[in-house]
Amino acid sequence: MANSTTDRSKAANSETVSMMAILAPAVGWLIPGAGHMIQKRWIRGALLFISIVTLFLLGLAMQGRIYRANGGDILDMLGFVGNVGAGALYLLTLANDWGQGAIAFATADYGTKFMIVAGLLNFIAVADAYHIAVGKKR
Amino acid sequence: MTITLNHFSAAAVFALFASVVFGITHRDTARDMIRYGLYCFVMFLGGVLVAGWAMWLLRR
Repeated sequence: MANSTTDRSKAANSETVSMMAILAPAVGWLIPGAGHMIQKRWIRGALLFISIVTLFLLGLAMQGRIYRANGGDILDMLGFVGNVGAGALYLLTLANDWGQGAIAFATADYGTKFMIVAGLLNFIAVADAYHIAVGKKR
Repeated sequence: MTITLNHFSAAAVFALFASVVFGITHRDTARDMIRYGLYCFVMFLGGVLVAGWAMWLLRR
């Protein structure tokens, strides 16, 4: 009896873990830091959100360029991979047709890099959220 | 809205936010996160200064 209760509790727990292992990275990709927040890591999530979103928005404000999937050039494709990591920010930018300016000065090039790095940093945050969900990290 | 940062302030902003993310994601405890974040920040900015001076020397 006690064993069956323990088994059921273990099964329910592992189901929650596996559900969270999918949900946390997905939500974390869409909204930077949210993968941590849904696992009650509020401060970490908030800091990740502020860092990644600010870096991306600064990139946009610096007239950085956003990459699209059909760039053609291999470097454009790499830029796209970086940009797409920003999740909803990237989708929002595309939907509003922002980030289309020609890079005419140095800070615009910095802005482009800021947006790529924001996406790449979010990929790291997503991996971290996954590790927390599967219990590899506290 | 357009923001124009000079080279150093752009590097400092980049270093700050990248260090926060590195600190949180690469360490387990709060204390280690802060220490590693500070280490990354110093390394980023130190790298910028060293590279800047190296380029200045090469140009002369």
